[in-house]
Amino acid sequence: MTPQVVEAHQLTAAEYDRIVALLGREPNYTELGIFSVMWSEHCSYKSSRLHLKKLPTRSKLVVQGPGENAGIIDIGDGYAIAFKIESHNHPSFIEPFQGAATGVGGILRDIFTMGARPIAVMDALRFGPLDKPHNRRTLEGVVSGIAHYGNCFGVPTVGGECVFEECYSGNPLVNVFALGVFRKDQIFYGKATGVGNPVIYVGAKTGRDGIHGASMASAEFTEESKQKRPNVQVGDPFLEKLLLEACLEAMETGAIVGIQDMGAAGLTCSTCEMGSRAGTGVEFDLKYVPQRETGMTPYEIMLSESQERMLLVAEEGREEEVLRVFRKWGLDAVAIGHVTDDGILRVKDHGQVVAEIPNRALADEAPLYDRPHTKAYRPVPMNAPAIPSRPTADAIKSDLIALLSSGDICSKRWIWQQYDHTVRTNTIQGPGSDAAIVRIKETGTSIAMALDGNARYCVLDPREGAKLIVAECCRNLSTAGALPVAATNNLNFGNPERPEIMAQLVESIEGIGEACKFFETPITGGNVSLYNETLGEAIYPTPVMGIVGLMKTAAPTPMHFQTPGRAVMLLGGFGQCDETHFGGTQYAKVILKSLWGLPPALDMDYEMRVQQGIRDVIGAGLAESAHDISDGGFAVALAECCFGPAEVGANVSPSLEGRREIALFHENPSRIIISTSEPERVQKIALEHGVGCAKIGVTMKERIRIGCGSETLLDCALRELKQPWETSLERTLHQP
Amino acid sequence: MKFGVVVFPGSNCDHDAWFAVSNNLGQEAEFVWHDAATVGDVDAVILPGGFAYGDYLRCGAIAKFSPVMQSVRKFAASGGLVLGICNGFQILAESGLLPGVLVRNRGLKFICKPVPLRVETTNSPFTAQAQKGQRLVMPIAHGEGCYIADDRTLDQLEAEDRVVLRYLDNPNGSMRDIAGILNEQRNVMGLMPHPERVTEPLMGSSDGLAILQSMVSFVAQAVTPVLSAG
Repeated sequence: MTPQVVEAHQLTAAEYDRIVALLGREPNYTELGIFSVMWSEHCSYKSSRLHLKKLPTRSKLVVQGPGENAGIIDIGDGYAIAFKIESHNHPSFIEPFQGAATGVGGILRDIFTMGARPIAVMDALRFGPLDKPHNRRTLEGVVSGIAHYGNCFGVPTVGGECVFEECYSGNPLVNVFALGVFRKDQIFYGKATGVGNPVIYVGAKTGRDGIHGASMASAEFTEESKQKRPNVQVGDPFLEKLLLEACLEAMETGAIVGIQDMGAAGLTCSTCEMGSRAGTGVEFDLKYVPQRETGMTPYEIMLSESQERMLLVAEEGREEEVLRVFRKWGLDAVAIGHVTDDGILRVKDHGQVVAEIPNRALADEAPLYDRPHTKAYRPVPMNAPAIPSRPTADAIKSDLIALLSSGDICSKRWIWQQYDHTVRTNTIQGPGSDAAIVRIKETGTSIAMALDGNARYCVLDPREGAKLIVAECCRNLSTAGALPVAATNNLNFGNPERPEIMAQLVESIEGIGEACKFFETPITGGNVSLYNETLGEAIYPTPVMGIVGLMKTAAPTPMHFQTPGRAVMLLGGFGQCDETHFGGTQYAKVILKSLWGLPPALDMDYEMRVQQGIRDVIGAGLAESAHDISDGGFAVALAECCFGPAEVGANVSPSLEGRREIALFHENPSRIIISTSEPERVQKIALEHGVGCAKIGVTMKERIRIGCGSETLLDCALRELKQPWETSLERTLHQP
Repeated sequence: MKFGVVVFPGSNCDHDAWFAVSNNLGQEAEFVWHDAATVGDVDAVILPGGFAYGDYLRCGAIAKFSPVMQSVRKFAASGGLVLGICNGFQILAESGLLPGVLVRNRGLKFICKPVPLRVETTNSPFTAQAQKGQRLVMPIAHGEGCYIADDRTLDQLEAEDRVVLRYLDNPNGSMRDIAGILNEQRNVMGLMPHPERVTEPLMGSSDGLAILQSMVSFVAQAVTPVLSAG
């Protein structure tokens, strides 16, 4: 094996030596390929594993933590949910439509391979600014791809978020979250147990698509990356739907002992991981693998990432029960080998052994790196620039309109209207809300879920930024009346071999760990996507959190004001913000076109009490509406409260201190706007939790006014704000 | 009464229809597999939404040849009630059980949103419980829901009072704002909006019950399932 061949497989010389030591000999070409994908960053987490161990992973409700296809939480009444988030960043850059589509397909398989029926999908998307045509094309392609796959499969896409930043121009992010439900006694794991049991291949035929996808996803982008289009797989959502139904039906026969989807690293990953988890070996012959093309080599078959395939282990003698179900759904299902007791992955081609590797060497003995990390990369100043004074009502109005029309804040209706978000008739609260809510028909429980990320905060301070994201996600759930119970995370970073990038990763993980421990939302799984760099320029550190909460099934508390004449209250108080902590806000980004200082200050203890307060207020049926303050600060949140179909606005006069721009647009956490007909009772509950809750005004028809003492800071008709907010994205995308 | 819900391999609103009928309407419902030689002893058939056989070709173009559609054809010919929702409407049109065809939305994008509709006739087993001119709000969720037909067909549909529902704010470019139509015998209806998705307050509305409950009342009262035309 020449050094060039080893290098072409993105293995270092030291890693190659380790392979030789583990095998006691030189690997052949097929074996080298197998090692290269299993030891890729994407599959082995070799740079992050050490630090991921710092995350909390247990609670009374956690049935399955990290290490399986998805995490599992007990939701009571004999039911459980499985959920996870996963990235498909690199493929989506190379081919937006198929990259995003297969991203949805991959995470859906992770869910139903455990026996859970997917009932919700959400997406966290990051693109470069839309004034560049190629960013618009990427956005359109990604959204169409998600719609194409999810809509056909029949899973509602119930929410998500979408943010624009220059650093994603050459490296968009597509993170897909999926959640499924099943009976707690019908959970399936990816284990090849039972020596002699048949190993069965089901689903799509294997082709040459996606070979080395996992390795591609573990490298930086160069000018040549677009040439890697053949590395991106093509999705077939109809086939996936058949696979879902067939798998769930086959599981009901009781004849399946283990099952895993073929995702990254395809047949290689599924066979060695299933064997490794069970401490067994797997032996099979490639001649039985259904193939789409002729003349495929063992190397190609083992490394193919053709979509919509599953590997399962059945109980010996009961194969026919399983095969019958797959025949009913018109799918290929073939016994390709069996489980052995020697712990070896033994691949044959027409009887001849072409690869022979201990499963553990592939799945568990992958290199583990404690990469050096120094001070986190921070390409921005600490001190605030001169912030021009714009306290007049005219300036505030035009700044507010600019913020409401900006990419991050404007309505994402153009995106989510392309997603079927009501199929399965469980969606109690869909896109465009603080949290999405789906009910579980079989029980009286509903699941609330929120995705959140804020890379501007994280580039200023990865640790505090990560904590703010966890806090915001939990606040979104609490504002919907749900109790946050568990989390999944997607860590999108640059090249971990650069110590200042590695530091961003380590500090973010530690921040997430600290916050998730505090809010009692253990991490049950997730995904790490590194090498998000193009031509040496890394993306901002972008951890994305997906947190789920539980609540009783009931009509949701809307975020919009419903009735004129209600008291408007600010739970958590107005808060103070200095110029340093103002540098990561949307106001700084959109109006001042600048980034500096530190993210908003978070007091986790206070945040927790605010969240307990809002849950109690909602639980007592006192909130006619509730919406948390986040991007864009108080003024933007108040406007969003007014954008409901009832066209109810508000007249508020909070007591503001300091500069008006900062007071209205700072993004301090721990604040929720409520409308209620019983302000005293709301105040009493807030008091019990030791948090402020001032009545700041009343709702009124069709107008919005913000005053302070004798000053009028804003006074206009709702439609003047709503129209730009609602149509901004469409207008931007339809420009020539 | 008993509803049969047809299940094509790519149907994905089959459970929704089943749940609406059995849970929210309190009626019997059973699934009918796509290769069934008969729809069984049901009083009405629902062709649910989804992507019957993937629909990578024209929507419904393959479903037309499925064994169950031969059974549905026979069932309809004998006067049985057939309701095609979304993909079901596309299949009925492709099968020739309803005139016209559904093509890509005007904006070429999939659209999912609640849309306001007007009930144009109550002279049908599917709307007898509604009021003429009544406004119903139901979600649409389709990429190919733009209804087109030649002028003669459209004129005929209108002359025979066979346009059941019209969009109040046409979302997909359908000719003459048509959202749902009847066959000549008035026992087969196709519509793009999803009544089964709005059958209880938790789903945001119960407007879809107007359609499904009309079917239940019709079957309960029917001495003979043949209606007077026009």
